[in-house]
Amino acid sequence: MGRDDLVISARSIFLNKGNRQKFSLFTLIIVSIIVLSLEYFKTGPINQFRSVTKDIVFKTSYFISLPFSSMKNAYYGFNDYLKIHEENKKLKNINLNIEELKFENQFLKEENIRLNALIEEKNLFSDNYHLTKILLDQKSPYLRSILVNKGFQHGIKIGSAVRSGPYFIGKVVGVNYLTSRVLLINDLNSKIPIIIEPDGISAIVSGNGSKYNGNIEYLPEKNQVEEGHIVYTSGVDGIISPGIPIGKITIIDSKKSVKFFADFDQIKYVKVYFKK
Amino acid sequence: MSLFANRIYSKTITSLPTLILFLVVILGLNINIIYKNYDFIVNFSYIIVFFWSLKKPEHLGYGLIFFAGIINDVIQGLPIGISSLEFLLLSVVGAFVRNRTIIFNLIYDCISFLIGILIVGSINYIILVTIFKIPIVYESLILGLFVTFLIYPIFYKIFVWIDNLVLVAENDKKNR
Repeated sequence: MGRDDLVISARSIFLNKGNRQKFSLFTLIIVSIIVLSLEYFKTGPINQFRSVTKDIVFKTSYFISLPFSSMKNAYYGFNDYLKIHEENKKLKNINLNIEELKFENQFLKEENIRLNALIEEKNLFSDNYHLTKILLDQKSPYLRSILVNKGFQHGIKIGSAVRSGPYFIGKVVGVNYLTSRVLLINDLNSKIPIIIEPDGISAIVSGNGSKYNGNIEYLPEKNQVEEGHIVYTSGVDGIISPGIPIGKITIIDSKKSVKFFADFDQIKYVKVYFKK
Repeated sequence: MSLFANRIYSKTITSLPTLILFLVVILGLNINIIYKNYDFIVNFSYIIVFFWSLKKPEHLGYGLIFFAGIINDVIQGLPIGISSLEFLLLSVVGAFVRNRTIIFNLIYDCISFLIGILIVGSINYIILVTIFKIPIVYESLILGLFVTFLIYPIFYKIFVWIDNLVLVAENDKKNR
């Protein structure tokens, strides 16, 4: 292949607009690089424009994916229906004593409030939350995240805790005007301070991409952690409330990990916490 | 079929490559597989972009490829512009192979696709890891690219069939 041939080829590929093409490849590659470099601007009008663009894309994608997501929901709904019958049979045979547990829980809560008042502990964390619908749930090797239908217009801030039912599932990492991105606890970038009860051992849970288990880091070498111990958020970061259940300890090949309580495939609504 | 129905059918068929690409990026149809602690993705959008840039670039405009990349980035939560750059670079490889090739065959296409996705994967890894500090498991990325390469022949056959449908629709349009 001669040098001239290559130059002609390159010119034809990059600069010529092909049949029915409005832009040349060279122009679009340059535009892509410019758009990519704009990622460095995290504030100001560029950020606001990005936020609005993201909102539009998320809302449009949500409406386009509605027929597909309803098919998926119908499939999971059908599976749930099949499971319910069996579960119902099992639950009939278990005496749960829910009333008794409720009173015990109430007593412990009140005792906790009294003890906190004694040591003048201030509650830094908020109990206000928005129950919000999940617009999109995306899985990629780089990011395990969900998009929720509440943004900074609703008081959501970066770092806010997100629960599915009573369980912690992640925290807000990106806020747009009407939507927010929640980084799930099983993402590679996720690091959540935890406390393992009943011994009160502090550690960090980090995601590994698996929707079932998370890794435990910074666990003391001599620890009493055993299979079945419950993992809660510790709240030491000052952002996420303490005591939100995450999962329980499982030990596989003498490696300790957290088995999440939440089923990440079945989440449709989440609670996003915010400060008034 | 009435004239109106014919027009709708013809328009849908000729826009099929674009529709497929946008559905894949909007619905996140790229399959995510977890195998032995490796979490990788089979990237259908690479196959779509490469095939149509190589065979019939007039059916999948570069502007639309750029736009699909932007949507993909917003939805996947990646730095905006990275997928557009990947898709366009893949189009460059496709266009280069088209310019230098007289007779096409599946094996030659597969090899050029492998070279294309390896280039794009390397650029993707370098930009995400070194500039944006996003931790990517290198093995997962390579595994994903390899599986994408393995399924290329299946999609090649499907897209050739779609291409024939497009040709028939276009001929009908001309004859009308």
